[in-house]
Amino acid sequence: MVVGDASPAGLPAAGHAVSGSRPSGFIRRNAAGYLFLAPWLIGFFGLTLGPALASFYLSFTDFDLLTSPKFIGAVNYVRMVTADTKFDAAIRVTFVYVALSVPLKLAFALAIAVALNRGLRGLTVYRAVFYLPSLLGASVAIAVLWRQLFASDGMVNAVLSLFGIDGPSWISNPHYSLYTLVALSVWQFGSPMIIFLAGLRQIPSDMYEAASLDGASPLRQFVRITLPLLSPVVFFNFVIQTIEAFKAFTPAFIISGGSGGPIDSTLFYTLYLYQEAFGYFRMGYASALAWVLVVIIALFTAFAFLTTRYWVHYDD
Amino acid sequence: MTEAAHHDMPGRTGSHPYLRSGLLHALLMAASFVMLYPILWMLAGSLRPASELFGGDAGLIPSQVTLKAYADGWFGLQVNFGRFFLNSLAISVLATLGNVFAASLVAFAFARLTFFGRRFWFALMLGTLMLPYHVTLIPQYVLFLKLGWVNTWLPLIVPKYFAVDAFFIFLMVQFFRGIPRELDEAARMDGCSAWRIYRKVILPLSMPVLATAAIFSFIWTWEDFFGPLIYISNMKMYTVQLGLRSFVDSSGTSSWNELFAMSILSLVPIFLIFLFFQRLLIEGIATTGLKR
Repeated sequence: MVVGDASPAGLPAAGHAVSGSRPSGFIRRNAAGYLFLAPWLIGFFGLTLGPALASFYLSFTDFDLLTSPKFIGAVNYVRMVTADTKFDAAIRVTFVYVALSVPLKLAFALAIAVALNRGLRGLTVYRAVFYLPSLLGASVAIAVLWRQLFASDGMVNAVLSLFGIDGPSWISNPHYSLYTLVALSVWQFGSPMIIFLAGLRQIPSDMYEAASLDGASPLRQFVRITLPLLSPVVFFNFVIQTIEAFKAFTPAFIISGGSGGPIDSTLFYTLYLYQEAFGYFRMGYASALAWVLVVIIALFTAFAFLTTRYWVHYDD
Repeated sequence: MTEAAHHDMPGRTGSHPYLRSGLLHALLMAASFVMLYPILWMLAGSLRPASELFGGDAGLIPSQVTLKAYADGWFGLQVNFGRFFLNSLAISVLATLGNVFAASLVAFAFARLTFFGRRFWFALMLGTLMLPYHVTLIPQYVLFLKLGWVNTWLPLIVPKYFAVDAFFIFLMVQFFRGIPRELDEAARMDGCSAWRIYRKVILPLSMPVLATAAIFSFIWTWEDFFGPLIYISNMKMYTVQLGLRSFVDSSGTSSWNELFAMSILSLVPIFLIFLFFQRLLIEGIATTGLKR
């Protein structure tokens, strides 16, 4: 085996394989790994990296699918920021949705997880019941249900009328429509709850025993023991749920019939992107929208990581 | 830490433990009821006669139970829902096979084989976890359009055979790393190739994670709305989710009970999986933080 056969840069060079009667050491050592990796490598270059670079280029073009893309510089980005009121609406709607749904969802998830972690009987049943909405929630059926729950003659108003309240038509009223979607998201607190439960199980119970011997109240124990020790899990859930919230699509699409209405009040960012791409075939502009979404998510994630040293407590 | 340690109520021994846990049960039961009520209400609505629905009835008990909405809803569009269910089933099964097969190969490479650049590729793979699919959406669409795949199922299935959903790779790498290395080494001593180790050592020991990946893959494909929405326009090829969307558009307020009936049916496969594989689902989420 000639070790020096490997190319100087350390890259697997196909030319070496065929020259001899048996493969060189470098290739033989790496062939199996790359063969197993092959599906992902093809997918990564052909379906992820390649398209991502292409969409970056397209974001600087005018492209309608029929004629070839026309390079127009940063016009798409400039138009987005200066002359597109729908973009402003989409950003506003999406940020309100993220800012309301994520903290509420995590608060419910944490509260229920803490309640379930007390060694109650029937834990698995409760856990299953609370998790079920997370599993079903992404489907069109649940969006259909939500549309009807909050319709003018829907269940919510029927309940309110028992108390003599004449509820509005939540879905078709621009003041309320977005909040019905926030409620739908909060209803699906089950999956972060399960992650919280797994985290809570890692906290040694003798810490609580010691604290209660010192006379610490349950609230104080929660603030001083549970929250700090759970903070990495809180952080994880926070980042994942926020990214997911930025990408929300189906409920807004079904509830508004694809329009993002009434008066753009449910025009989620991804819904606007869909309309631009597949409604108006402004593929260049839609690509620019996609890259702005990436930048927003990246900035948010970076910012979240920067704040961790102030509130996330990692084991030493 | 033992299981029993969780069952102590820290700091509560002095007060009234029965009263407290009774109160907690009452609260949790009330919360469970509120959580499930919308789904039960939809189920009840699907069983009501059309004349009864939406006189502002928030209750769960229909005055009479009828399956008429199921029968009518099934044939409520030009193409019946049976076709949509078969389409969804075919797409979900094929996509799931692809995900599990491709992700397990790739995860085996990352977890068990040594090769040049492994850390680099692994980092890139993790990086794609964070990337919103919108960034690849339009060029992918153009690619599939050029290949003549638009208005076929191929864009919904073929990418899964190239392990594009890094979540499944990540899930399996975590599991494979927990399998004792001595097993591979012993097999290697006996002259086993990497393929045989993958096939005869790792896969048989990884049934739980393969099942978890398969279940999530099936559910996510079944529920996927965006992919079919942009790629499929011929109603004969619709998935259940697209069928429901068309039903919403066409039915208006007159046949909400039929819409409810079809919605309930579309949830049945997921509900059954949940019923039988709840444990795998919950462990899968707890160990990896999978998104849903």
